[in-house]
Amino acid sequence: MTEYQGQSGFEYLRAQTGRHLSLLISKPSEMLNPLFFFLLVIILFPIGLGPEREVLSDLAPGILWVVALLSNLMISQRLFVDDFDDGSLEQLVFAPVPLALAALPQLLAIWLTSGLLLALVSPVFALMLGLPEQALIPLMSSLALGSAVMCLLGGVGAALTVGVQRGGILLGLLILPLYIPVLIVGSRAVTEAVLTGGDPTVPLAFLGAALTASLLLAPFAIAAGLRISLEL
Amino acid sequence: MWRIVHQFGSPPWVYRFCERVIPWLLPITFTALVIGSLWGLLYAPTDYKQGDSYRIIYIHVPAAVVALAGYYVMAAAGLVSLVWKIKLADTAMRAAAPIGAAYTAIALITGAIWGKPTWGAWWVWDARITSMLILLFLYLGVIALFEAYENKAIAARACAVLSLVGTVNIPIIYKSVDWWYSLHQPASIKFTGPSAIDASMLYPLLGMIITFYALFAVLMMINLRDLLLDDHRSSAWLKKQLEA
Repeated sequence: MTEYQGQSGFEYLRAQTGRHLSLLISKPSEMLNPLFFFLLVIILFPIGLGPEREVLSDLAPGILWVVALLSNLMISQRLFVDDFDDGSLEQLVFAPVPLALAALPQLLAIWLTSGLLLALVSPVFALMLGLPEQALIPLMSSLALGSAVMCLLGGVGAALTVGVQRGGILLGLLILPLYIPVLIVGSRAVTEAVLTGGDPTVPLAFLGAALTASLLLAPFAIAAGLRISLEL
Repeated sequence: MWRIVHQFGSPPWVYRFCERVIPWLLPITFTALVIGSLWGLLYAPTDYKQGDSYRIIYIHVPAAVVALAGYYVMAAAGLVSLVWKIKLADTAMRAAAPIGAAYTAIALITGAIWGKPTWGAWWVWDARITSMLILLFLYLGVIALFEAYENKAIAARACAVLSLVGTVNIPIIYKSVDWWYSLHQPASIKFTGPSAIDASMLYPLLGMIITFYALFAVLMMINLRDLLLDDHRSSAWLKKQLEA
């Protein structure tokens, strides 16, 4: 890779990931708000549907996945906005690595502090909804994989709308249809584990394949979107 | 040979082409639409199981087929515009989007009307119906993104990227929704092997599908002509064209 102020491209990516992570961690409320949102929306379901345990545990996989999807949408709205406003997004274009790669550190940092975090604490919410214990591992792994896919798709939408005034609702309209396959496969992984007491391997493999494919393709769409938003 | 390709990138040429073709294609399409509808609604035999309610397929199936094809037309125009920076491809993409959305809506509405007597409900969460609904939102997303940008040249590039992302996703959406749950009958018309539909019903249906394609083409030309008029309202060639 090309040298840039004595740094190799790989070092540059690592430094960028560190920068984004420390920016996110320095504002814990930004990191924790999606979690509180997740908890609050989950509380709404027992209140709205009634507290019967059988009903709730039947609906739990769907509820957990829909809420994870919504909190992911919320996070995607913030993606690139600060960097767009203060001009560091323009610097990204001149980074020593291709723009498609240069946008990845931010997505990785966001995923680590939101998607992965949510996957790790999701058993707490799942048990509150009465999801059987054998479904917890499939839930966590499907959320971890699925949120990474959603992060990449959300990145495409965010890159296309970052220059638009009040792009938030527009972003939802653009990327929610693209989230649907992830939702289908992800909640299937959990229901499969509940129903058959066992094998969520097939849906999880599908999520893995979706992650591989979106990791290969989404960065190019993100780069194209950022160039369009920066009017370059 | 390349000249033909290059001509499609020139707004004056395409404007004149539209002006010349529309007066022919429009009456032909409408005649075909009337004949096809009468054939399907009056002369095609009654289905022994569904009675006369099945006749809505002469609108429903063509609309659904062309709705999906319309998305690919839009995405292909987007690809051309991104790769070769042909401005006219942007205009073609903008012309295709609302027509495709309208076709999708027609397919959904006629499907609901057919579903009521057949399945006993206006709406069922069946795989194909759901993916058509998602297709409608993909169309609406492209239209909304275009409207959101002030700078229309930038907007067209953004829409091109979005429609390409959508193209990659359409097969995935179809497969995943299919896997999710399917109540809808599988495709009856096959290009290889015998169709599961009788010839007396098949021919009017095929005729209607071709007519709906032609209708898409003529509507797109009308849209394209109007968008060209709007985009080039101050250019010299258009003034000359309108005076002639």
